Amino acid sequence: MIDDPQNETAIEVKVPAGDHSADGSSTLRISIKGSLNVHTLSGAWVKTFDALRKSQSRNVVINGADLNYCDGAGLGLLAEVRREVAGRGGKMQIENLRSDLRSLVDISTLADPSAPQLTRPPRVDVFTETGNWTHLLIGETVATISLLGELCSAAGWALFHPRQFRLHETMAVLDQVGTKAVPVICLLGFLIGTILAFQTAPPLGRYGLVDMIPTMVCMSVVRELGPLLATLLLAGRTASAFAAELGTMKVTDEISALRSMGIDPVRYLVLPRVLAVMAAAPLLAIFSTFMGVIGGYSVMANYGFTFAHYVAQVRDAVTYKDLVGGEAKTVVFGLIVGGIGCLRGLRTGNGPGAVGNSATRAVVTSIVLIIVADGVFGVAYYYLKL
Amino acid sequence: MNAMLRPDEVDQTDSDAHLKVAGLADDAIIKVSDFSAAYGDTIVLHDITFQVNRSEILVIAGDSGSGKTTLLHHMIGLAIPAKGRILIDGDDLSTTPPGTVRDKIMRKFGVSFQSGALFGSMNVLENVSLQLKQFAHLNGTMADMIALTKLQMVGLADSAQRMPAELSGGMQKRVGIARAMALDPMIIFMDEPSAGLDPITSAEMDQLILTLNKLLKTTFVIVSHELTSIFKIAHRVLLLSTEKQTLIAEGEPNELRSHSNDAWVRAFFSGDIPSSKAVSPKGTSSTIGGHDLMPANGNTHH
Repeated sequence: MIDDPQNETAIEVKVPAGDHSADGSSTLRISIKGSLNVHTLSGAWVKTFDALRKSQSRNVVINGADLNYCDGAGLGLLAEVRREVAGRGGKMQIENLRSDLRSLVDISTLADPSAPQLTRPPRVDVFTETGNWTHLLIGETVATISLLGELCSAAGWALFHPRQFRLHETMAVLDQVGTKAVPVICLLGFLIGTILAFQTAPPLGRYGLVDMIPTMVCMSVVRELGPLLATLLLAGRTASAFAAELGTMKVTDEISALRSMGIDPVRYLVLPRVLAVMAAAPLLAIFSTFMGVIGGYSVMANYGFTFAHYVAQVRDAVTYKDLVGGEAKTVVFGLIVGGIGCLRGLRTGNGPGAVGNSATRAVVTSIVLIIVADGVFGVAYYYLKL
Repeated sequence: MNAMLRPDEVDQTDSDAHLKVAGLADDAIIKVSDFSAAYGDTIVLHDITFQVNRSEILVIAGDSGSGKTTLLHHMIGLAIPAKGRILIDGDDLSTTPPGTVRDKIMRKFGVSFQSGALFGSMNVLENVSLQLKQFAHLNGTMADMIALTKLQMVGLADSAQRMPAELSGGMQKRVGIARAMALDPMIIFMDEPSAGLDPITSAEMDQLILTLNKLLKTTFVIVSHELTSIFKIAHRVLLLSTEKQTLIAEGEPNELRSHSNDAWVRAFFSGDIPSSKAVSPKGTSSTIGGHDLMPANGNTHH
């Protein structure tokens, strides 16, 4: 039985004078007295390792006859002494330890005294890192193309099995990603229109080109900023939500459960979400564009523009081709947002951190791909004279 | 009962002496009195009174949904009782505001959660050494070596540098147990420590609990319904009932299995629930579903 350590608040480490060896041939004997616990550990640690440093002895014997208490902290000290001694090529022995303390030491004794488990794995060099990233990139590209194929297949299946298609789920997602995003998209659209007009008015005014401001604002908003703003908002708001939702389902084995029941997660989960976002994106873009144009007027009214005059300018500047061109690409942007969000969710790794990583990567990848796709659309429209 | 005081008990300062509540039995380290728990307006446990003695291994058992984990969460201060008090070493967590005093109380116990609850961004060694580095004012080497010896105790020293996501569920649970032991707390709470472990590992966990209890006098409060484990380690068992939403039996597991007046209690501990035809559904002394209790021979609650 362990003695009451109530009065043993300090550890005593004794090293007999004769045991200090200069040639490493003898054995260093250390006597530990008192209780080894977290409160006394620091003092004991310093005294013990001072003794070790002064000695050249390869072997150490710890006399535990007067050790009346030892908890996890003390076991740590004994393990560290054993590691130090092993590093010198020697051995540590503990003698005169009471049987109960011996049992405690035994169950915590490391198989390898040098404790290699404390050594962190070496850092991956730059070449391996590059290789890993390349492998990852190829894997992601293949997975994206694969998901696109599965989505097309699922869409074909839905066409021929309309009653099995989850229309109710699609409408619920549409409500979540579309309807509930209308207020914020209207606000952003209005502010963008206002800021554009506000920033361009002074320089153009200096050259007497105030009449050009509605044209500039509306062309920018209708062709680019309105659709882009709407889908970027979707990327931030929806892609992350899809990745987190499906990622959590993956971590909790819900996706595996679906597969085990013979239900295709792409048909059941991904298709409704992607279709909902593809439908929501152009609708949100209309709101964003309209409010951007209104925002532009809120500035132009201060420059003496009547609403009729402003509208006339807008109608002269913007054609239906501009409007349709701007809206059309948002369908593709919606596919990117929905597809990437779901893909990242389905490819979520293990552990709670994996869901967060998936959500972050979904947003970043969606935004990058939207901008890239927007550039492609820009070039294509230019050559198609749209 | 062994009267050994641990260093952290000896180190009790005057500043938190006011938190000591008179009336705690000499050997009681946890005292739960007239406790009720509720989710919103729904009472899920009511009128529970018991105590846990120092150096005792107490198992909280019961059928699924009986409130075992709810009781545990209240004992470790994660939820506030709807009624009653829970004293940990004389301190009432539910009335102690967040701050240094509460932190000090919290460090008197370690908790091993059912899922392991490891921090996914840290490797196994960092998970176990976290509290040592935060609270014990030990340098990195000391804390790491202590953490490694704890991992050795649960047989996972070789996984020290692995991430939690790379471990199986059972391994994560064992790391969680090592983390709960990190500061050598007075009390270790465990939620289903054996669930999900293979029989050999489960037996090793039981042995570890017995060893720590014997050598370090650690008090264990364990939620479990693994009968093998209960009979091997429990000094005493509390049995909760879904039907009654309260504590229905308390005592040594063998005593409850053999001599309880409640057929359901006997059936629970024999692991052999008789058919509903063999025992009337409700309202009699032999009831299983209703857990009606006969005048007890000291081990059933009224």
